[in-house]
Amino acid sequence: MAKFTLPANSKVTRGRAFPAGSDATNTREFVVYRFDPASGENPRLDTYHVDMDRCGPMVLDALIKIKNEIDPTLTFRRSCREGICGSCAMNIDGTNSLACLKSIDDCNGAVKIYPLPHMSVVKDLVPDLTNFYAQYASVKPWLETQTPPPPDRERLQSKEDQEKINSPSACILCACCSTACPSYWWNSDRYLGPAALLQAYRWIVDSRDEATGERLDALEDPFRLYRCHTILNCTSACPKDLNPGRAIAEIKKLMTERRH
Amino acid sequence: MDRVERPLSPHLQVYRPQITSVLSIVHRATGVGLSAGLVVLVYWLVALASGSAAYDAAAAILGSGWLKFCYAGWSFCFFYHLANGIRHLMWDIGLGFEMKQINASGWLVLIVASIATVAFLFAAIL
Repeated sequence: MAKFTLPANSKVTRGRAFPAGSDATNTREFVVYRFDPASGENPRLDTYHVDMDRCGPMVLDALIKIKNEIDPTLTFRRSCREGICGSCAMNIDGTNSLACLKSIDDCNGAVKIYPLPHMSVVKDLVPDLTNFYAQYASVKPWLETQTPPPPDRERLQSKEDQEKINSPSACILCACCSTACPSYWWNSDRYLGPAALLQAYRWIVDSRDEATGERLDALEDPFRLYRCHTILNCTSACPKDLNPGRAIAEIKKLMTERRH
Repeated sequence: MDRVERPLSPHLQVYRPQITSVLSIVHRATGVGLSAGLVVLVYWLVALASGSAAYDAAAAILGSGWLKFCYAGWSFCFFYHLANGIRHLMWDIGLGFEMKQINASGWLVLIVASIATVAFLFAAIL
């Protein structure tokens, strides 16, 4: 049964406030979720006032500025700062996105930053993605074949077949979609979630893959696939404009089609 | 150091209501509402089949004022669930998955359900 409230150790308390420097004229408020595993205390919300005249345009720029200049204890994942790596996925201004692709100007009022929703928090904005990655691995995201490869060349496919997997292959596994899905919130122990299912779809429709039937068999389950109720928060959240919602619907169609 | 009890990050508490998720939960709520309404409908039908005395007794109960508000609510439940059910059927055949279409069909469902409810209630009162 879904639990709609937070457990006692997860209730968020009010934290500290860090004012901007006295010479700052154009400041913006950032309210950031903090959890320090060493403190034994509940998570808290710290408020940082950032001088926007000396800050880049993206939320990640502000987080890096906060860490560099205001509070070095602030912890978050980041790497490429251009939407390629998927590390800086977090809940910003109420929706999941990549901090590096989210413009501060697109946020309303104080910029509220939380870790990806309904996840176990390692520290501050860093969620534990162990289960998420295990679910990805469970769909066997690699080519499965029976026939030997051609001796003189790669396994070729038509341009049309390649186009079927172009979009799902662009997924960076940032987990924005899965952690935006209420169904995943309540059932992430058994429901694979949009990201893993998008990758399942990517291999199901790959013309070179020869384990399509087995892949569909593995998803024929009341939870793994069918906990998707087409809410579509996934498609709405995807920072790469991919469409996990459509991919899941296509898998369901294939499930139905092969029964007839 | 003792093993740390990791907190659960906020979810419903912080996620901004999306047209996608709000319409989805309303679909479920209207479904639950219709199930409750079905009990009343069956009671009415059973009374109808049980003769005029039973029907008069049922009509007295079913005609009471506060239930009329329920009928208005059930009317909306019906039209919303119907319209959004068609939207789900379109998704089930793989249509309408672009974000623009998802948003547009969502608003269309709300508008159609509202107009149908008002028109139905208007006709019922007349």
